[in-house]
Amino acid sequence: MPAQGGNLLQPVPLYERARTVQKKYAVIAALAVITLAGCSSPAPEAGSDPSKLVLVTHDSFALSDGTLAEFTKQTGIEVEIQAAGDAGELVNKLVLTKDSPLGDVVFGIDNTFASRAVNEGVLADYVSGDLTSAEDGYLLPADQGGEQLTPIDNGDVCVNVDHEWFTENGIAEPVTLEDLAEPRYKDLLVVPAATSSSPGLAFLLATIAAFDDDGWKDYWAALVDNGVKIDAGWSDAYYVDFSGPSSEGDRPIVVSYASSPPFEVQEDGTVPTGALLDTCFRQTEYAGVINGTKYPEAAGKLVDFLFSTTVQNDIPESMYVFPVNAAATLPEGWAEIAKIAEDPYVISPAEIDANRETWLSEWAAIATP
Amino acid sequence: MIALARRRPGTVFWMVLGVGVPLVFLAIFFVWPVLAIVGRGLFGEGPLLEVLARPRTLRLVGLTLAQAAIASVVCVLVGLPIAHVLYRLRFRGRGLLRALVVVPFVLPTVVVGVAFRTLLREGGPLGFLGLDGTFPAILLALVFFNISVVVRTVGGTWEGLDSRQEEAARVLGAGPARVFLTITVPRLSGSIIAAASIVFLFCSTAFGVVLVLGGTRFGTIETEIWLLTTQFLDLRAASVLSITQLIVVFGMLLLAARARGRSTAQRRVGALRSSRPPRVSDALPIAVAVVTALLLALPIVSLVARSLQTRDGWGFGNYLALSGTGSRNALVVPVWTALGNSLAVAAQATVLAVVIGLCASLVLSRTPRSARGRRALEWFDGALMLPLGVSAVTVGFGFLITLNQPPLDLRSSPVLVPIAQALVALPLVVRTVLPVLRGIDPRLREAAAVLGSAPWRVMRDVDLAIVARPVLAASGLAFAVALGEFGATSFLSRPDRPTLPVVIFRLIGLPGGDNFGMAIAAAVVLAAVTVLVIALVERLRVGTIGAF
Repeated sequence: MPAQGGNLLQPVPLYERARTVQKKYAVIAALAVITLAGCSSPAPEAGSDPSKLVLVTHDSFALSDGTLAEFTKQTGIEVEIQAAGDAGELVNKLVLTKDSPLGDVVFGIDNTFASRAVNEGVLADYVSGDLTSAEDGYLLPADQGGEQLTPIDNGDVCVNVDHEWFTENGIAEPVTLEDLAEPRYKDLLVVPAATSSSPGLAFLLATIAAFDDDGWKDYWAALVDNGVKIDAGWSDAYYVDFSGPSSEGDRPIVVSYASSPPFEVQEDGTVPTGALLDTCFRQTEYAGVINGTKYPEAAGKLVDFLFSTTVQNDIPESMYVFPVNAAATLPEGWAEIAKIAEDPYVISPAEIDANRETWLSEWAAIATP
Repeated sequence: MIALARRRPGTVFWMVLGVGVPLVFLAIFFVWPVLAIVGRGLFGEGPLLEVLARPRTLRLVGLTLAQAAIASVVCVLVGLPIAHVLYRLRFRGRGLLRALVVVPFVLPTVVVGVAFRTLLREGGPLGFLGLDGTFPAILLALVFFNISVVVRTVGGTWEGLDSRQEEAARVLGAGPARVFLTITVPRLSGSIIAAASIVFLFCSTAFGVVLVLGGTRFGTIETEIWLLTTQFLDLRAASVLSITQLIVVFGMLLLAARARGRSTAQRRVGALRSSRPPRVSDALPIAVAVVTALLLALPIVSLVARSLQTRDGWGFGNYLALSGTGSRNALVVPVWTALGNSLAVAAQATVLAVVIGLCASLVLSRTPRSARGRRALEWFDGALMLPLGVSAVTVGFGFLITLNQPPLDLRSSPVLVPIAQALVALPLVVRTVLPVLRGIDPRLREAAAVLGSAPWRVMRDVDLAIVARPVLAASGLAFAVALGEFGATSFLSRPDRPTLPVVIFRLIGLPGGDNFGMAIAAAVVLAAVTVLVIALVERLRVGTIGAF
């Protein structure tokens, strides 16, 4: 029986030299620690002038190349983007990580989730001083985020219709929410579910605002009787069931955004789809300074920058929504095709936050039995 | 002599290393985050078990079990004939077909969901079946996704089985069906059960596909946890559901472990010797395989066709657009860059999963003599499978609240992505490699030890030599899983370094015909790259191990 390290002709492996089991445990432990330590990044130094700020956003955040570099040029501070899911997920992540914040500035909290973020104390008091009275309409009420959130952009969720389909079939297009429940629009509407899609939730909120407390339930029951199709997500509703030019389906009415029709414009200039501006719910997105940041001052500058025309002019083409800054200019063509609802449906953030779960479960009971 | 060999300190070292590495990995990147988030939910305020009393919850638990169980059974029934054809028969184009069968597995669920719905919706090509938004539609999609797990897991074992037992039975007069049922199936039972349990776990945590295809009427525990956590922030109910999910998964794993028992040692041969040209008696499996292949191809073909449709008719416009960032800058990086990211991350994840999985499998393949030792190994085995059965949302949110302090401040670090993918791939590696290791006749190792080989040498010349081919198959599968992984990746990946599935998801979520076409084209590219990688892996010739 040769010695355990192999026969003498072979080199004894290094690990065989560690004779005792205890020593081997120590080696493994040390290796593990070294490996893990190698993965971690050095902690930033505290101070008033950081070299980098972390901007936590929702998944849909996008700006053209070089826009954020402008901020670095102005202040010497780099911006790192950290995406954190859709608007709801974003707020929930901030709430869960209150004790060790994910970043310094947040963008993408909308009016449906603003209350939760404010009540949970994830935001520091700061609103951009560059706001003017022209943007007053976007400000949140005083105790619901008015001191913490700066409006950045807004977009309407509206019912979209396929003009071509209605022309071909000789049926008049619907105009209001009530129209959708009429028999002549039977089996023509497709919507994303309120429980799993944010435009779906916005549309539910529009109906709640349009009809009173119990009226919206009757309305949805009527929609169900009228053959509304409810899909899980927006892409499903828009690309599979909607009959628009870039879609596959045969239903000519869909819940989408007011900014969707511009993207369907054909090369010859025809506008095949349109948004019904009397059916819209307005989503406004806000930015704020995250409570617990080491650099509140610099973070405030970044919020100001998001409100500046540099970013605001870039928002329509990058994120498909409208800038809030009255001084921002819209890209060519937007003014004609991308319409804004004059009088969109509104529900206060506090009311949404207080009732969201009740509404959703009541809605699910009616719409998805 | 044998007793002496087993007590060597070298063996102890390997045992510690083999158990330690996977356990430390799982403890830090799985157990701790999950316990933290579940704990935070449980020690909050409010009624604890109320969520379990909701009729909706009970219905979802039932649906979860039903769809996972039915889909696993169907996958096995349909997967076995395909495994036979692809791993026992020799014909031209076999390597390509083996690679193609993995395609459904890596396709992003969002895209497949849309492809299925395009086929099944009222007015679509298969609309007459009336399946849109029904339970069978979900089942079809789950089988579509997971059948390759059965084909590859079982095929890897089948390929190395000595066929002489079957031939002897045939010579003695048994028909092909009888030979298959009484000889082949029992010999494969280890990997069949392993494959079925993986499919069960994948299906019970299925998320995107259930949402898209089930519309809003169906759901699983997983979709409910997602809803409660990300939309309602009802951590308490989500925690209770996470624990329910764990119990379901754990019960299933125990059943599987019991059913698996200890597979008997099998004679193994090199792959070249085990396969043969097709015969008349193979007609049935070949027919099943061909029909299944056509059904699997249907959604894929419709995807490819859609990817060639552009605004100006048929053409490669969508593929040309992949070098850009989409209509109106939909993306941060061009799709090709995202593909590069995907490949790099998937390679890292594969290395992690294979190294850790091999360590764990080598330990698990040993039979300790004490009952306590055996039980400990069974628990270890179960622990390795758990990441497949636990909600990605739970793990992801757990990461957020645990890995936030130095030296483990990893929340924004790019290393989390391959780690999360490796967690998902690890069980596949173990389940592919372990049945083969368990099947090794222990007398081989004993003989080697008696002849003077050190434990590491026994491991190298016996275990590793025999397992080389299954390891290769496992790395191919692990790579495919990592490439296609979306849930955890989308949660963890940094916006400036997105992977291909993340980019596809973003493209398909924006209006405009170009973005949709690009998303489909990108999905086709993802599938093609997977086929290429797996075909290359298949071509790497591992030195034949000879007959033992």
